[in-house]
Parts: sequence; structure tokens; C-alpha cells
Amino acid sequence: MSSTTAPATATPGAGAGAPSVNNPTPGNVYTAGPKTGNEILIDGYELVVGLEVHVELATKTKLFSGSANRFGDEPNTNIDPVTLGLPGALPVLNRQAVELAMYIGTALNCTIQPCAFHRKNYFYPDMPKAYQISQYDQPLNVNGSLELPGGKIIGVERAHLEEDTGKSTHFGGTGGRIHGSTHSLIDFNRAGVPLVEIVSRPDIRTSEEARQYVTELRAILLAVGASDAKMEEGSMRCDANVSVHKPGEPYGTRCEIKNVNSIRSLGKAIDYEARRQIDLIETGEKVRQETRHWDENDGRTHTLRTKEDADDYRYFLEPDLVPLVPSESWIKDIQDSMPMLPTARRKRLAAATGAPADGEAVMVVVERGQDDYVLSVAEAGGDGARALIYVKEAFAPTGDDTAPADAVLPGDIAALTNLETSGKITATQAKTILAEIVANGGGDAAAIATAKGFEAMDTGALEAMVDQVIADNAAAWAKYIGGEDKAMGALVGAAMKASQGKADGKLVTALLQAKRTT
Amino acid sequence: MSDTTTADVAPLSAAQIASGVRSGTLKAVDVLEQHLGRIAAREGDVHAFNLVMADEARAAATAIDAAVAAGNDPGPLAGVPLALKDNMCTRGIPTTCSSKILEGWKPPYDATVVTKLAAAGAVTVGKTNLDEFAMGSSTENSAFGPTRNPLDLNRVPGGSSGGSAAAVAAGFASVSLGSDTGGSIRQPAALCGVVGVKPTYGYVSRYGLVAFASSLDQIGPFTGNVEDAALLMDIIGGHDAMDSTSIPEPQPSLMEAITHGVEGMRIGRITDLPRGADPDVVERLELAFEALQAAGATIVDVEVPAFGYGLTAYYLIAPSEASSNLARYDGVRYGMRVDAPDTNTMYSTTREAGFGEEVQRRIMLGTYALSAGYYDAYYGKALKVRRLIADDFDRAYTKADVLLTPTSPTVAFEFGSKGDDPLAMYLCDVYTIPTNLAGHPGMSVPYGTGQHGLPIGVQILAGTLGEPAMFRAGAALERSLA
Repeated sequence: MSSTTAPATATPGAGAGAPSVNNPTPGNVYTAGPKTGNEILIDGYELVVGLEVHVELATKTKLFSGSANRFGDEPNTNIDPVTLGLPGALPVLNRQAVELAMYIGTALNCTIQPCAFHRKNYFYPDMPKAYQISQYDQPLNVNGSLELPGGKIIGVERAHLEEDTGKSTHFGGTGGRIHGSTHSLIDFNRAGVPLVEIVSRPDIRTSEEARQYVTELRAILLAVGASDAKMEEGSMRCDANVSVHKPGEPYGTRCEIKNVNSIRSLGKAIDYEARRQIDLIETGEKVRQETRHWDENDGRTHTLRTKEDADDYRYFLEPDLVPLVPSESWIKDIQDSMPMLPTARRKRLAAATGAPADGEAVMVVVERGQDDYVLSVAEAGGDGARALIYVKEAFAPTGDDTAPADAVLPGDIAALTNLETSGKITATQAKTILAEIVANGGGDAAAIATAKGFEAMDTGALEAMVDQVIADNAAAWAKYIGGEDKAMGALVGAAMKASQGKADGKLVTALLQAKRTT
Repeated sequence: MSDTTTADVAPLSAAQIASGVRSGTLKAVDVLEQHLGRIAAREGDVHAFNLVMADEARAAATAIDAAVAAGNDPGPLAGVPLALKDNMCTRGIPTTCSSKILEGWKPPYDATVVTKLAAAGAVTVGKTNLDEFAMGSSTENSAFGPTRNPLDLNRVPGGSSGGSAAAVAAGFASVSLGSDTGGSIRQPAALCGVVGVKPTYGYVSRYGLVAFASSLDQIGPFTGNVEDAALLMDIIGGHDAMDSTSIPEPQPSLMEAITHGVEGMRIGRITDLPRGADPDVVERLELAFEALQAAGATIVDVEVPAFGYGLTAYYLIAPSEASSNLARYDGVRYGMRVDAPDTNTMYSTTREAGFGEEVQRRIMLGTYALSAGYYDAYYGKALKVRRLIADDFDRAYTKADVLLTPTSPTVAFEFGSKGDDPLAMYLCDVYTIPTNLAGHPGMSVPYGTGQHGLPIGVQILAGTLGEPAMFRAGAALERSLA
């Protein structure tokens, strides 16, 4: 990759003379795609981001050996001749790792293709063989996509298998870097752990989209059971390729940002880097193609290495492995056993509840895996929209098997939604009843309402009460009439208090509005 | 050297030893002591071994005799003294590759072949010398000094498996294992007057063989005769789940194959074979063709046009893979370390001190050939040539069952005669290398002597998994000398 105007897409390394990697467009000069009308410009510059996400697969054993793939064990206990790269040791591919990678590829709408492994050669103390077995120009999964909750499609160039390195801890230097350290300790437990590297196309235009992409990707990985995808434990790691350019002009020079350890940091790092690059250009300087290190402490990116001192990885076909050709039937088995993915689940829940697919309630409930429950409430004759809100507000996240919410029969919630939507109780009363049902692991909403003396006020009584509230709160009413909408809050609050919570807040609001205009 | 010398030092074949030990007519300890006695007498001159494992061998032989006494069968190699090239991992026993860089390293595991041979009752007497990391054709590139040809101590045994060839030729071991990347079994077999086999790539597991060039390396036996080679091949061959490149197909018994003659077999003569073999070598090859014809085979002419490009392709592919395979010797985890103020300097000082000249030359060559901007012109082009060679061979094997060529262009040469000229040394393997590139089997069978009474080997080549035909031809050649 010699061009300085290459796109922000990730490449698996310097082209070692081996065939070049699939690129979205031939040639080296890229121009921005068609305008969609919703780009967000920063001082007239468009941000272009491509993400490389590494995920550790949740396999029992390592990618090429029988040692356990387990986080947090005593250092150097999950090792063997293959893991340590001992002379004479040979890799044997882990079928479960391939299968999980195929699940990822299928979930990302990739084409699963016959593929091969290459050696990526470079020296580093925690790289036992001094080469990483990775996939180069023949990756397992290609040409996929990921749909953000708002509907935007981000291209996925490839998702390939490779092995992780060991973990070095450097002592005596500054900032835990090898440079200047007096000694280092290496834990090879992580060496050989299977990774899938998911490389997006440079389709991301804002730091928020980048965050959404990673959040969505994480949800997909969890849904298919491919990884526990914990950024804090390093089982999901994200590098960002960032460039800026003026719309209509070729893509700018990209910088790769490493060491981003949370989704929040990702957004901050991208925003910082975009600002840095724009400031450089605006002051007449050039952006240098380089790898930069995000420093969480000072909130900046720092040069790690420039393009000039980038390694020549001398990729060549791994002679110790044979080509991997997934059979049609294996691919079909995986397609047939795919769980429903978050996007589809959100769309399904949105359709059943009338809520927006990228709204907070749908997002949260699907993320918690409670969407099936909401649907079963609707199936039991309940109101989907209310059920969605109840579950979002009152149901503890799943995974907590002591939560009585799990035991609540959908029919109980359905009955409660119907009490509320029919106007028999107010939203506030419904909330009280819901809390009781959840706390008790179930209950008859109507019986609880009766026991508590809950009944909605009829319209005549309500109107009389509202008139009384207006009379009692003349100052607030005057402000409200005078156009101060915030004064409404005080009036509604007073009405709720006067009715001891029996008034329907929405009706009170409607009445107040009606009285202002007359 | 008279033709009877080898028979004097190694009177019994491996098959005879195993048969005697299994039936109780021979004691494994007695067989072992005969071999240890020869080692004691001549190893100082020959230097076949990096390590003689007398104590371990005596314990193993004693256990085998005990097993026989208890009515158990120790296996088809019961009591057969075995030498292992010192690039095969042996648990708890130093494995050096004749390199300083592996100083002090003891593998925590056995190579698959080591496990299989031990299970078959073989008794390992030692680890044999080699050209450092199997790079060379004379065993002069060993960090521990050269091995001498037991038939003429002023001459090389060939290489890189020179120690294993010399050990069998000198009667230090009944059989041995070598590894062949470009001829490293066949060429020393020819120069030492023993049988040497390079099996089809994937026939024998490479697990535990320290890699030189992974796509070419293959383990095979050195033996005093073709039957012993078949016996060993039947034991060390077969699929191994630890080696992804090992062939899953079942392998027919070669012991059975050699009971058949060569009647009706088509023996190919490569008409466009690179010239340059010495006249005595050419003469013995012609006699071999005649012998097989007399035994009922048909001689056919074939062409393998790309044969001559093998050497150049090999010297790009093998060093490229080696540059990657040998990168792990960085002083971090095992073997030699030369301390330095920073990591990169530690790497370079360790590797400069630990690797010999030829190894460093090949690492440099390979690194260059794989580098950005040179890959297509060198490594990439070499891969295409490799494909051409394989295709040419495949065409030839539609006309012939096996091909006959010289193994080495010359008989064993004198020390230092090629040591200063890498290219002259590389030419030693001109006839053996193309087979490795194609992944095909080849064997060298001693076929009389040439200049200075030194042995000459004839090479028999076959297509993928063509071992049965190759062994039939080898056995027929051997019989024709009897």
C-alpha cells in the first residue's frame, strides 16, 4: 500500500509483494462515495473512519493446539510446544474456531469462501515463532455488512482468523512501554488464542457511528456466542483508521489509532484525531501516514511508528497448514442454526410495539434479551407499547436468576397494560402495581388495583379538580397563559397531588392545554 | 574398501536382529554392545554422533530382553540399534541441529517418529551430526565439527544427514533416520554406500522434526539394505493428527511390495536430464538400467524439461521458508542468548553468535526473496517453477512407473574441496532437489563403486505415493548385485 491517499480502510499489513488484498475499488486514489445528505462536517471536513476489531473466540482450546483458551489463569500454565513455538512443533487447526468464525461471517452477511493461512513475520518477544499465523489474501469471510440501529449500512471488507500473541509486561521504563524498560515478563497463556479480525470498509463518518458500529458488533458476537467480547479484558480490541478530507476531494492520509480500550475511548480518540488532522491541514502542514497510540490519561494520540519504520511482514503461505475449504453443507448448517440477530430482533420488537427500532426502549430491551418476553405479553392480549415500557423500566436485566421478574407470567403484565390503556387506572397507578407484581413474581393487576383503591377519575370530576388547581395556583396559571410552557409542570404536579395519583397525567395536560386556548 | 567391509561390521540386517531378538535367539543387549563396541573403536575418527546415549540404550535393550523373557513381543524392530539425526526432538535429551543457538535446549516432547520407533522396540544409540539446521551437503557446516566418511576418512559423508549415513555405514547403528529437504538423505546414502529413502511429502509425520523448509522437509530411513528400509517405512509412515500436512490415505505395506519383482514395470530414462555427472556415476547408472531390463522391466524415454530449474527454485523457496522457521531462535525463550542493552540488539547479537555462516547466508537469501518489492521476482517466480516441475514429473509418470537418475554427480569428495564455494556445494543436489519440489518420493540404492573404490548410488524416483513401485525397483537393483 504505497499511496498516501489510501482510504481509511484497514489492510492486513504492508504488501510484501504478495498479491494485494481485496480492495473496495481498484487503484489507489479514492473519492468519496455519493452524498447521502446527512454527513456531518467538522469545519467543512468530512471524517472517514474504518475500524479493525479483533475478537477472541470463545473456544475451549487454542487456534492451533490443545491448550486451554482461558482468561485470568496463572501465567504460563496454558502452554505447550505449539504455543511456545518450540522447534519441531506444528499447528493443527481448531475446528470450533473455524465454526465460530463462520458464525461471525454469516452474521455479518459475508461470503464464506475457501481460504488459506499465511505467515506474518516480525520479531517481538511475545511472538513465540517470530511469525503470526494469519490470513492474508484468502480470508475466510469477505464482502459483508453491518446495519447500524438507525439503518445505515457499514461495509465489512473481511473477517479472518488469526492467532493472538502472548502478553508482555515491561518494567523500569515509562508508561509500560518496552522502550527504556529494564526487563520484561511474558505470559504465553494468550499466545495462540483464536482471534477473528473484522475489518470494516471506510464507511463510518462520525465518532458516534463508530461507537454504534462497535456496540452493534459486540451485540452480534454475543448473540452468536462467538466471543464474550469484553473490551476491558481485551477479548475485544479496536483499532481505528482515521482520515479527514473536504467532501468531493480524495480521501486524506490516514492514521491508525491503537490502544483504544473502551467504546467511550473510541469516540474520544476519533474526535481528537480528527481535530488534530484538521488543525494540521488548516495550518498548511501534512498528515503523515502513521500508527498512533491513544493515551487515555492525556486524551491524545501519540506517534507510535511512522510508515517508514513499518515492518515488512514478508507474508507467505503457511506451509505447515493445508487450505481450509468449508463444505457447502457446513456453511448451510451454520446458516440454519443462526440465532436471530439484534437488528432483526429490534425490527420485530418495533413492529410489535410501535416504538422506533433505534429508540432507547427497543435497544435496551433487545440488549437485555427481554424482547421475547415483551412479545409474549402482546401475544397474551396485552398492549405491546406499554409492555415494552414496563419491561424496560421494571424488569431487572436477565442473567440475574434471582430476579422475580423472570417468573412473572406474561398474562399478568398483559392484564396490567389493558387496565391502563382502557383508562381504568392511570400510568402512575400502573407503575405502582407493576412494581408490586415484579416484587412478588406475579399477581392479578385488577385485584391489586382494587385493594389499593385505584380507579381513574371520570372526566367530569377531573375537570372540576383541574379548575380547582387553576384557582389554587393562579400565579402558575398566569405564567402558563403568558406562554411559559414550563409552568405546566407545576400545574400537572399539583393536579396529581390533589388527586392522590388517581388523575391521568395525560388527560390533565390535555385539559390544561384546552383551557389555555379557550 | 572391499565390498565385504560393510558386511563385516554389520553382519545382521535390522530385520534379522529384530527376528532374532523377538524369538529369543539374540539378546538385544548383545546386539547393542556390538554396536557400542564399534562406536568405541571408530567414533573418534568418524564423529557420526553429537551424543551417544549408551546408558539410555543399555536400559532400553535390557527392557526389551526382559519383555521377550516375559513372553511379550517388543515389536517389529525389537532390539534394533537406531541412530537419530539430531534435528528430531527427543524428550529430555539435547536436540541441537548441530547449532550453537540451541545450546542447552532439551525438548519436552518426542517427535512422532521417535515415539513410533520406540514403540516398535528400536533402541536409540545416539543423536547424529548434521550440517547446521540441515543446510549443507557435506556435514562440514556442523558447529561441532564435521563427520568423516567411514569408507575414507579424508572424505565427506555427504549431507546434511551425514552423521546418520555414516553411523549405518560404520555399523554404529543398524538403521538411522535422516531428513531430506533437497537430498539430505539420498546424497549421503549414496556417498556412504547405504540405502536412503525420501518418502512422499506427508508420508511420515514431521511433528518434532526441527523445521528447515517446511514444505520440503521429510523424514526417512538409512539402512544397510532395501528390506530394512521397507521395514522402517512401514513403521514410521502413516497419518499423524499432529501434522496437518501428513497424508490421510492408508499406505500399502512396502515389506509386501518388495516381494514382487519388476516384470512389466516401466523404468523411465530422463532424456533431458542435466549433464555433469562423473563418468563412473553415469556408467553405474547405465548398468542399473540394464539390470532392471534383465529383470523384466521395460526402459522408456521421458522428458522432464523443468528438471534443470529445480536447483534455482529450491535455493529461493528453501531459504525463504528457513528465514521464517529460524526466526524463533531469538534468545528469548530457549537456547543461546547473548545479552545486550535492548531487545533488538539482543536478537542480532544472539543470532550472529548462534548461527554459522551457511545458516546466516540462507536466512539473508530467504529474507531478501520474501521482501516487499522482490517477492514476485524471486519467491513468487520460484513457486511457479515448482509447479512446472511437478507438472513435468506428473506427465513423465504417465509413461513410466519409476525414473532412474544418478543420486549424486560424484562419489564422496574430499574435505574442503567445495567448502569455499557455496555454488559448487549446491550442485551436489542437482539430481535430488526436483523430487522435493514435486513432493514425490525418491530413494538411493548403492550400486557398486567408482573412483577410488568409493560407492555410487542410483536414485529411483516415483510419483506421489509411488513408494511400492520405487521399492520394487530398489529391491530388484539390490538383487542384481548379489
